[in-house]
Amino acid sequence: MLFAVLLPLLFAILVPMLSKWKHKIHTGIFVFFIPFLIFLYFIRFVGNDFTPVRQVYNWIPSLGINFDFYLDGLSLLFVLLISGIGSLVVFYSIYYLHVSERLGSFYVYLLMFMTAMLGVVLSDNLFVLYTFWELTSISSFLLIGYWHYRERSRYGAQKSMLITVFGGLSMLGGFILLTVITGTTSIQEMITQTDLILSSDYLPLIMGLILLGAFTKSAQFPFHIWLPDAMEAPTPVSAYLHSATMVKAGIFLVARFSPIFATYEWFFIIVSIVGIATLCWASYMAVRQTDLKGILAFSTISQLGMIMAMLGFGTKAAIFAAIFHILNHATFKGSLFMVAGIIDHETGTRDIRRLGGLLTVMPITATLAVFGTFSMAGIPLPFLNGFYSKEMFFEATLHLNEVVNPIANVIIPLIPYLAVFGSIFTFVYSMYFFFGVFTGPKQFDKLKIKPHEAPIGMLVSPIILVVGVVFIGLFPNSVNGTFLIHAAEAVNNAVEIKDIHFWHGWIPPLFMSLAVVGIGALLYLTREKWSNVYHVLPGKMSMNKVYDGLVKNVDTFSTRLTNTYMTGSLKTYMSIILGTIIFVTFIVMISTNGFNMEFNNLAEVTWIELAVVVIIIIAALATMFTTSKLGAILITGVVGYGVATLFVIYRAPDLALTQLVIETVSVALFLLCFYHLPKLEKRKESTGSKLNNMIISIGFGALMTLIAISAHSTEWFDPISDYFIETAYKLGGGHNVVNVILVDMRGLDTLFEIAVLGIAALAIFSLIKLRKDKEAE
Amino acid sequence: MYKTNDLILRTTTSLIAFILLGFAVYLLLAGHNSPGGGFIGGLVTAAAIVLMYMAYGINLIDKIIPINYRTLALIGLLIAVLTGVGSFLFNEPFLSQTFGYFHFPFFGEIELATAMIFDVGVYFTVVGVTITIILNIANDQ
Repeated sequence: MLFAVLLPLLFAILVPMLSKWKHKIHTGIFVFFIPFLIFLYFIRFVGNDFTPVRQVYNWIPSLGINFDFYLDGLSLLFVLLISGIGSLVVFYSIYYLHVSERLGSFYVYLLMFMTAMLGVVLSDNLFVLYTFWELTSISSFLLIGYWHYRERSRYGAQKSMLITVFGGLSMLGGFILLTVITGTTSIQEMITQTDLILSSDYLPLIMGLILLGAFTKSAQFPFHIWLPDAMEAPTPVSAYLHSATMVKAGIFLVARFSPIFATYEWFFIIVSIVGIATLCWASYMAVRQTDLKGILAFSTISQLGMIMAMLGFGTKAAIFAAIFHILNHATFKGSLFMVAGIIDHETGTRDIRRLGGLLTVMPITATLAVFGTFSMAGIPLPFLNGFYSKEMFFEATLHLNEVVNPIANVIIPLIPYLAVFGSIFTFVYSMYFFFGVFTGPKQFDKLKIKPHEAPIGMLVSPIILVVGVVFIGLFPNSVNGTFLIHAAEAVNNAVEIKDIHFWHGWIPPLFMSLAVVGIGALLYLTREKWSNVYHVLPGKMSMNKVYDGLVKNVDTFSTRLTNTYMTGSLKTYMSIILGTIIFVTFIVMISTNGFNMEFNNLAEVTWIELAVVVIIIIAALATMFTTSKLGAILITGVVGYGVATLFVIYRAPDLALTQLVIETVSVALFLLCFYHLPKLEKRKESTGSKLNNMIISIGFGALMTLIAISAHSTEWFDPISDYFIETAYKLGGGHNVVNVILVDMRGLDTLFEIAVLGIAALAIFSLIKLRKDKEAE
Repeated sequence: MYKTNDLILRTTTSLIAFILLGFAVYLLLAGHNSPGGGFIGGLVTAAAIVLMYMAYGINLIDKIIPINYRTLALIGLLIAVLTGVGSFLFNEPFLSQTFGYFHFPFFGEIELATAMIFDVGVYFTVVGVTITIILNIANDQ
């Protein structure tokens, strides 16, 4: 199974080489065999007596992260959709994409996506699932931005990336929490520990985070906004990723985790409400679209909302209907996207306002569209699969599990009405799609290309999908026992095999369907009259505005924030650095009770020390207030000599000698350098800035004084200087303890200090001798 | 630089420079047992050389003492590192120092320490670095 999953990725390595011959043989022809082989591999598992298969391949066993593949009914359904529709899409793309396009990149991205998607549905290991999950986000990003020279493509790719990665990261958080609680990384083992998870305090957080991942990926309200913008991708990509496979990854995730969460009442409430809201809102919005793919995008969102809602209901009938609808939606929506691609390809536009009357020029495409749209609308005809799952959906809304929760009690009676409401609009946009494109006045003069029927190769894939629609419509029970039931079992244990019939008798779901068709037809015919309602709702508010505002405001906010502290002024940085040191050190010292004042261990102060210190203080203050730069340098020299005198007083002859010479040298260097600088001027500063400087410098000085006193008052260890004094002669052979420490005991420090000196000399030499402007002269 | 008759400066310099250089060598050698050492010795040597430069001008002193001070600094560093590496020959850790007392004719008993060689490295580096910095800055237009 590992090989089957990784096969597309491995083959992707060859694609750039194969694409060199693209002018002789379309690269897609080679690629086509990959999903087809995978399809053949997995179709073998289909059967009435299917039992789950598990295979483990070690990856990081020490962390419990392994390629742990688990093929149950749910995975099998998805795997077959991915590889089956994948083959059809690749075949379609051979005719859709011209060889002048960058075919190599396209198929590499597509194969990468295929591996990622197979990995998502087959992984039993949470972290491997997450890895593949993010790979789908990345490859989807690459595919949406395939025509990267278009501004809209880049916008759409960025939007989908930001939203799905946001969800993916939340999901990772949920996964980590789950792993911490259960101590395992396997989903199947977690299902056996459902009670433990349900009793955890973190349950709402875990479920919320995981559902966030599922909702963003499956374009649920209010995260649906990336999907319409993802329509900038080439149409085969839209057909594959954004209708049949990737957007169902979120559905898959919810289905996968529903054995764990299903009994939690908030799971029902959140998933149902979000699903129903998505269904209603997106089907309502789809009618407003003018772009064919825009209609299909909102249609996909609403259908996903419907599936999500059914997963939320959690009843056996609802789960079964959800699984059935996943299959049905993949067939008719895939074919509709391909139809939209054909229309785009053969007329040069996807704008429904410029299309019309194509029925006579594109009869085959029109036939395909009839089946697709009518199935999507759920029209009660015995050869359309959409009707079956839609009726099961209605039935499921009427028989919901009772949940004792005030919110649930409010929404449960509303759900059937909302479902009918959403379905009415589904009917309206389905009719709008078909009749708007294929009937009505011909306006071919507005089109760039004279419309004609598509080449046969382009029609093969949608024909196969429509055959699927009709086949499932005519023989719904053929897919029932073989894998629908196994898939439903994986979601909700013990599902009784239910025969799917076209005719159930005069029961409420049928009336609901008839109401949908009746009211829908009425609404479609009077569409012009009520379309003003869109100016009121949504009017000017839309989630896109929220997203754009968020992205823009975060940008401007961070720019502004950065500009407030990144002023480019060293003075500001110094006050930030020193202010932070004061603040943090003070807090740490206070909280650890670090300030410690003891004055009993002090030496006596002599008048000579006092005199030197007073001189140093006066000199230090004078440097601040002097206006002459030479004066400032010389007064700094006074401070230096004062310190040297202190060294003499404190009996440090080596230090005193060095300090004297170094002070002289540095004063001389200052004089040399400052000679060339402009005159020191009276700095013009505002009182606030002066006050700020004063507070920070006084604060810093005071803090350091306090710390010095505290350090002196605290003695935790005996000083090691006794050791040096005792052993300097014995071990080092010298009476000058300082020098013995410098060259013998701590020779390494000295070695690197002279290295520092050497580097400084070379740096000064290069600064002065190797100036760019000097060369230019 | 303007030309002046600085006879007194030059005459005193020729005397003081040698006293300074002698004192510097004393500081270097005495460092192990009295205040002093490679660092201060190097600084005093540098002071003497700078004094000579000030009194006689760059061109003349460059001719009299044809030393590349950058190289001198690097040689000093090399000596210091080599004294460290040398201890490997005796299977000792890096920068291990030792000392001993030797009897020489005429000088009598003298203490010789390997730390002295390290100090000479320090001395050369300090001289080289100080003169490089001062000459470069002073000669910059």
